[in-house]
Amino acid sequence: MSLLADVPAPPTSPRQEIRQPSRKPVLPWLLLSAAMVILGVLTGFPLVRLVLMSFQEYERAQLMGQPASWVGLDNYATILTDVDGFWPVLARSFVLMVVLVAVTITLGMLVALLMMRVGKGLRLLMSIGLLLAWAMPSLAATTVWGWLFDTQYGVINNVLTAITGDRWFGYSWLLDPLSFFVIVACIVVWGAVPFVAFTLYAGLTQIPEEVIEAAQLDGANAFQRFRLIQLPYVRTILTVLVVLSMIWDLKLFTQVFVLQDIGGDRELTSTIGVYIYQTGMAQGHYGLASAIGVVFVIVMLAIAYPYVRRTLREEEL
Amino acid sequence: MITIRKRLTDTGFGALAIAVFVFSAFPVYWMVSTSFLPNNRIRGENLAFFPTPDVFTLDNYRAAIFNARAPFAPAVANSIGVTFLTLVIALVVGFVAALALTRFQFKGRRTFIVLILVVQMIPGEAMIISLFRIIDGWQLLNTIIGLTLVYAAGVLPFTIWTLRGFVNGVPKELEEAAMIDGCSRAGAFWRVTFPLLAPGLVATGVFAFIQAWNEFITALVIMQRPEAMTLPLWLRTFLQATQATNWGAVMAASVLIAIPAVIFFLIVQGRMTGGLVSGAVKG
Repeated sequence: MSLLADVPAPPTSPRQEIRQPSRKPVLPWLLLSAAMVILGVLTGFPLVRLVLMSFQEYERAQLMGQPASWVGLDNYATILTDVDGFWPVLARSFVLMVVLVAVTITLGMLVALLMMRVGKGLRLLMSIGLLLAWAMPSLAATTVWGWLFDTQYGVINNVLTAITGDRWFGYSWLLDPLSFFVIVACIVVWGAVPFVAFTLYAGLTQIPEEVIEAAQLDGANAFQRFRLIQLPYVRTILTVLVVLSMIWDLKLFTQVFVLQDIGGDRELTSTIGVYIYQTGMAQGHYGLASAIGVVFVIVMLAIAYPYVRRTLREEEL
Repeated sequence: MITIRKRLTDTGFGALAIAVFVFSAFPVYWMVSTSFLPNNRIRGENLAFFPTPDVFTLDNYRAAIFNARAPFAPAVANSIGVTFLTLVIALVVGFVAALALTRFQFKGRRTFIVLILVVQMIPGEAMIISLFRIIDGWQLLNTIIGLTLVYAAGVLPFTIWTLRGFVNGVPKELEEAAMIDGCSRAGAFWRVTFPLLAPGLVATGVFAFIQAWNEFITALVIMQRPEAMTLPLWLRTFLQATQATNWGAVMAASVLIAIPAVIFFLIVQGRMTGGLVSGAVKG
């Protein structure tokens, strides 16, 4: 706030204001300067540094002060021909992302429709549960789900034993990559459905009631009403939700990383973010990790491009 | 007949609604419940589903807080320090920047807004390597300042974007009216617009708080020494133990971390969905 006080006295009369554009616009840039310095130094510079390091041989020795040598596209060649390391990670991350987005959006839509259908009391009950799940930090959510699925004493194995009669105690869900990702999906979907459901519900409530009633009088059943009226109305919201979910689910880090701590196979379960950490921070191949990081940034910007364009158009900039 | 069928479907939907509630709330309930149970009711086939008074215990919280390998107090201090500083920087810097972008017309304004939007799409996970090198180069590894700088840069684009929306929501005419009545431009802003922005500032600040409080990966890279840990890293140490995981202590630790985040989140959640919906439906 003190910055405001330092600002030179602004023009007071409307006439002076009209003349303002002819003056050099110092004031707005002054107001932006702090943000530009922070973003330039801690986002712009690291991005440039990331790109530079991706063209260098940068290992533990360089960390200790040895000069880094330029190796051109070697790092990129290494990762792009790494059929046992990089490609499976990339494929895994994308498949996981597609599944997570599909499940999250579908469940979110179903929950939103259910919220439309039930009475006030039940809707409040649903909202309370969804809010709790939404508010949980992803790290705490991961430890809780890890505990639910714990090999020895987890409640899931306990209940499964009671229901099926087989002994589930000692069954490890994290050891097998497939069930590992089932748990990852539980954590992510559990935390992400509330946002999708609330947003879609808010959209659905804005559809004029007459439209739905008219369709009902014309004999449209519930599914037709959904497909022909509700879905088209919330299509734009849905698009935004899909893009945002794609971005969030491809960036997945905490859930995978911490479940690996609890007992997953790091080789077979890493996603892009975790792989960058392992390659760079754990194994010390900073140059290679940077190249993967650059590829990752490009992929994310490509996915986000339609969203960015749409937002800018909507804001009429 | 029709009323019976309707009642049946209503019951069905009611049951589904309750199922949604149970599925979403149960993990949170289980976390809290486990955190108050003694080890012999956590481990073993005879699970306790509720911490009744005869088994209720605070031992897990004691185990979590007085853990010799991962001291709680410094982690809390670090987390509060980093979160508070991030919040202040993000709000002050973000607010002035939002002012520039809303109340002034100048060349480069549009470019800056586009940049703010694009920067938010860059995954922080990709940047950890170069951030680590840069923070290391400045001798700021394991310092609150180093982590705060990274967090401030991380939340700033979102802060500017959101505050810009809030400032845009206050009509310029209000300020102009105050100026006609004799206020200076700064005075008009300070007396008229700023009070109307207070709720927006609170909401944005809370989001910055939650993001900094929960952040994991950057802290993992920058705060490597035990005494420099933030709370998320502190929680992680409970899972790495070579012996079997003490789930009671893990759940108690998770509760301690989750409480501030959940409370603050519930305060501002109403503002989350609103922005996306308004204007999106008519399209």
